Amino acid sequence: MPKDSGIGASSKRREDVRFLTGRGKYTDDINLRGQAYVHFLRSDVAHGRINGIDTGEAAAMPGVVRIFTGADFEGVGGLPCGWQVTDRHGNPMQEPAHPILAQGKVRHVGDPIAAVVADSYAQARDAAEAIVLDIEELPAVIDMKAAVEGGPKVHDDLESNLCYDWGFVEENKDAVNAAFEAAAHVTTLELKNQRLVANPMEPRVAVGDYAPGTGDSTLYTTSQNPHVIRLLMGAFVLGIPEHKLRVVAPDVGGGFGSKIFHYAEEAFCTFAAKAIERPVKWTSSRSEAFMSDAHGRDHVTKIELALDADGMFQAIRTETFANMGAYLSTFAPSVPTWLHGTLMAGNYKTPLIYVNVKAVFTNTVPVDAYRGAGRPEATFQLERVIDKAAREMGIDPVELRRKNFITEFPYATPVAVEYDTGDYNATLDKALEVADVSGFEARRAASAAKGKWRGLGLNCYIEACGIAPSALVGQLGARAGLYESATVRVNATGGLVVMTGSHSHGQGHETAFPQVIAEMIGIDESMIEIVHGDTANSPMGMGTYGSRSLAVGGSAMVRATEKIINKAKKIAAHLLEASDADIELKDGQFSVAGTDKSVAWGDVTLAAYVPHNYPLEDLEPGLEETAFYDPSNFTYPAGTYICEVEVDPDTGKVSIERFTAADDFGNVVNPMIVEGQVHGGLAQGIGQALLESCVYDANGQILSASYMDYAMPRADDVPYYSVDHSCQTPCTHNPLGVKGCGEAGAIGSPPAVVNAVVDALQRNGKDVTHIDMPLSPARVWAAMNG
Amino acid sequence: MHNFELVKPTTIADAVAALSGEDAQALGGGQTLIPTMKQRLAAPTTLVSTTGISEMQGVCVDDAGRVCIGGATTHATVAAEAAAHYPGLAALAGGIGDPAVRNRGTIGGSLANNDPSACYPSAALGSGATIVTNSREIAADDFFQGMFETALEEGEIITEVKFPVPQASNYQKFLQPASRFALVGVFVARYADGVRVAVTGASESGVFRWSEAEAALSDSFAASAIGGLSVPADGMIGDLHGTPEYRAHLIGVMTGRAVAAAG
Ligand SMILES: Cc1cc2nc3c(=O)[nH]c(=O)nc-3n(C[C@H](O)[C@H](O)[C@H](O)COP(=O)(O)OP(=O)(O)OC[C@H]3O[C@@H](n4cnc5c(N)ncnc54)[C@H](O)[C@@H]3O)c2cc1C
Repeated sequence: MPKDSGIGASSKRREDVRFLTGRGKYTDDINLRGQAYVHFLRSDVAHGRINGIDTGEAAAMPGVVRIFTGADFEGVGGLPCGWQVTDRHGNPMQEPAHPILAQGKVRHVGDPIAAVVADSYAQARDAAEAIVLDIEELPAVIDMKAAVEGGPKVHDDLESNLCYDWGFVEENKDAVNAAFEAAAHVTTLELKNQRLVANPMEPRVAVGDYAPGTGDSTLYTTSQNPHVIRLLMGAFVLGIPEHKLRVVAPDVGGGFGSKIFHYAEEAFCTFAAKAIERPVKWTSSRSEAFMSDAHGRDHVTKIELALDADGMFQAIRTETFANMGAYLSTFAPSVPTWLHGTLMAGNYKTPLIYVNVKAVFTNTVPVDAYRGAGRPEATFQLERVIDKAAREMGIDPVELRRKNFITEFPYATPVAVEYDTGDYNATLDKALEVADVSGFEARRAASAAKGKWRGLGLNCYIEACGIAPSALVGQLGARAGLYESATVRVNATGGLVVMTGSHSHGQGHETAFPQVIAEMIGIDESMIEIVHGDTANSPMGMGTYGSRSLAVGGSAMVRATEKIINKAKKIAAHLLEASDADIELKDGQFSVAGTDKSVAWGDVTLAAYVPHNYPLEDLEPGLEETAFYDPSNFTYPAGTYICEVEVDPDTGKVSIERFTAADDFGNVVNPMIVEGQVHGGLAQGIGQALLESCVYDANGQILSASYMDYAMPRADDVPYYSVDHSCQTPCTHNPLGVKGCGEAGAIGSPPAVVNAVVDALQRNGKDVTHIDMPLSPARVWAAMNG
Repeated sequence: MHNFELVKPTTIADAVAALSGEDAQALGGGQTLIPTMKQRLAAPTTLVSTTGISEMQGVCVDDAGRVCIGGATTHATVAAEAAAHYPGLAALAGGIGDPAVRNRGTIGGSLANNDPSACYPSAALGSGATIVTNSREIAADDFFQGMFETALEEGEIITEVKFPVPQASNYQKFLQPASRFALVGVFVARYADGVRVAVTGASESGVFRWSEAEAALSDSFAASAIGGLSVPADGMIGDLHGTPEYRAHLIGVMTGRAVAAAG
């Protein structure tokens, strides 16, 4: 029986009312009195030396308030990197400076050179056109292998373009090599995980404000984590202590990772507002977003899988080139390492794994986390190479996976993580059933009768979510903790306000979080309001990414609510003249166990704020509690995705006919929201598999810099999905038993799609073992006819 | 975007007069011109809107049986109103862009722009249409002069397009995955005196007629008639979305499909 409220209910998303009726309040809706506008003059060459910037004529143009260049930021901090990776020789990664405005050199198309602040946006843009630049174009390096093999240096003061050469686990390297020597079969695959642009519906916006009267700065920004921005920008860039800096991220129209990072434009607006004593606003255009939002993925990988004669996995060895772009974005170094190498075991008990990652600087936009971040790259290579091995060895791909599945938990992988729980056979069986795999042959024949080639592809994924245990990530190089906090404030009349550091930008926190508290107290969800996105309201928060909000932020909220309940029980005990140990809370009523004496939630909350009859000697008045929750492990959602495609042999066009997702997310608070998250993730994963690609030419110009050439998935590109999350092995270490569902769809779908297309081609006599994404009609046709 | 004046004349004569001003430019639906201005790649001082000119609006059939479409008629109007007279043309118009684009974009703007990936040029060339301007009539065969190039003179506007109606026709558009313009589009029209095949999206010289296919199909209007034909990849567009070889191949596939669909 589906519940109609509390944990497990598909409560309708209350935030959607404002989003769907145009009443959301986004950063661009914020207009401050007297605000000026900034336009960034950006580099149109990928690499060049700045010999001169003449702003004279521009500065005299109508409406221009002030023009800033790199020189204005001398002595000001650059954008910090939040993660330091240690290379396989024990040395720290190479970490270049990342100035707010270019100093000396420009290093990618889109690198900001000057910022024109004017009374209107049009005036700023007009004046920017009048700036005379003397830039000596230098040879650019775009290809990663060329970059490490002596190509032009992106940063003159670094030794090379190699940010780090990471080995994981370095001590296992020899054992892994030995296992390959001894293996009965080795399958090798070289592949690319192409560069993507996140493209949230709302482009980035920043409004900086400064109050000369108090010396307080405020930044309104499109961020997934306002507290992180406050910390990074305040401490590392502008030198503003937290108590003098407020960061507000109001309604945010999607992030997908690209709004985690601290960007130059945010620091600029905050800095300039103080310099000119006027609010300064920047709104990115879509074209600007393509060259200034951090990009995602961009790995080139060689993976090898060693098997014994029975198909048991013996070892995995990988070599990956990971593009960092021209500078290190906030969390960039962690993505190809700790979010990628640690997942290379997948769902399988491979005893030996060695992952080598070379992170490389190139004259391109910085690359950082994008939905899934590192885990899609891990899953893609692993599930592709397994499919290839199955074909080479003549083993059914389902059986090959099944026989290698981890079945006992907890399971310590050879790549440093410990899976607490899971049941990979359960999700595999569920997917096979829901996808009606037994009916595939009949559907294949029907497709063939229409002249279409049908194929079926499978993918079993695992990911690490609920990011992350602070002590562990600290050892791994994180320069931040990854706990979350919540303050639960109960008002006198019984309603609750929960202030959380988990930002919601599409996830549905405002609906799902109250369901948890409503369940704990036994009151109506509508009595609970979630407040987030403002450092002035919430305690310290680390924000929303890595499918961490419910697992980490929700756990903090549970802990704070437990404190509330404990205190409320003491008040109830006083009112009921009983001992606290005898007080039970059910359906919003406190009662004395075994009696009919009770007092309502609202009477207790009122007593807390009108303490006339109250144990003031023992208990403070009021009812407000804060908790910080630091997880003891990651969570490990896993599942099986099955994709069925039709390929048009005349054109190479792929259409996805069926798609089944069977996920184990542990306990589910709101099944409808979970399903929606999976749908969105699948659309992005299918977008990567079939459509999206950010392409540079050899000179560093982005060829796909608008929607004319960057193919976003549209509604008719994706099929009707069959989504199941009935397999649930609750997380063993967080109070809700939840694992996180935000990224699974994007992680699990690309290999399923590619496996299906390769299957369709193989079944029709084409000896194609791999096609690099996106599987555009032209590429599939070329593979078929190559 | 830079500042500009917008004038909205109600007659062709007034429009032509307004266009004689310096840096004046015609504005149809603005679906191409406005984005170009926003990117500051065009900066006309005056825009002369065609949408208020009633003599440039609508679909009718003339005494010769030709479907005549006013130069400022939107794609959506053509899709709806030409359906009864020239279904192949109406279907093409109904497949351009999305509803917002179809309700703004105009046939005159599309033909004048002559984007190498646009749909309408293939219908005009494939139908042997006549492009009527404020000053003359131009045969489609003379009108398209390569990518973004047409026979239009400075300040000349397309007021009407006259389409002879074929016995059978069909347009097959293979979508470029990102823009959803034609990666390759083929318009096939069968007339009493022969078949015309016009190809858009594929060639570096813009829309063109595939004369070998026309000859073969004039003999036998069946997809099998072009089975042995192929288009050389030379001169075809190569970009992110397809090589010249791929486009050349698609021309054959799309032509075959258009013939089969035209029946
Ligand atoms: C998202 C999107 C998708 C699209 N998809 C497609 C597609 O799939 N297929 C396709 O074919 N097209 C497509 N288009 C193009 C669109 O359909 C229009 O045809 C095109 O933009 C030009 O028509 P317009 O009326 O908007 O012209 P405008 O943008 O107003 O003008 C274009 C040019 O023509 C000139 N001009 C305008 N009217 C006249 C006239 N009467 N006489 C002479 N010159 C004139 C202008 O001065 C300008 O140079 C798409 C456009 C968009 C924005």
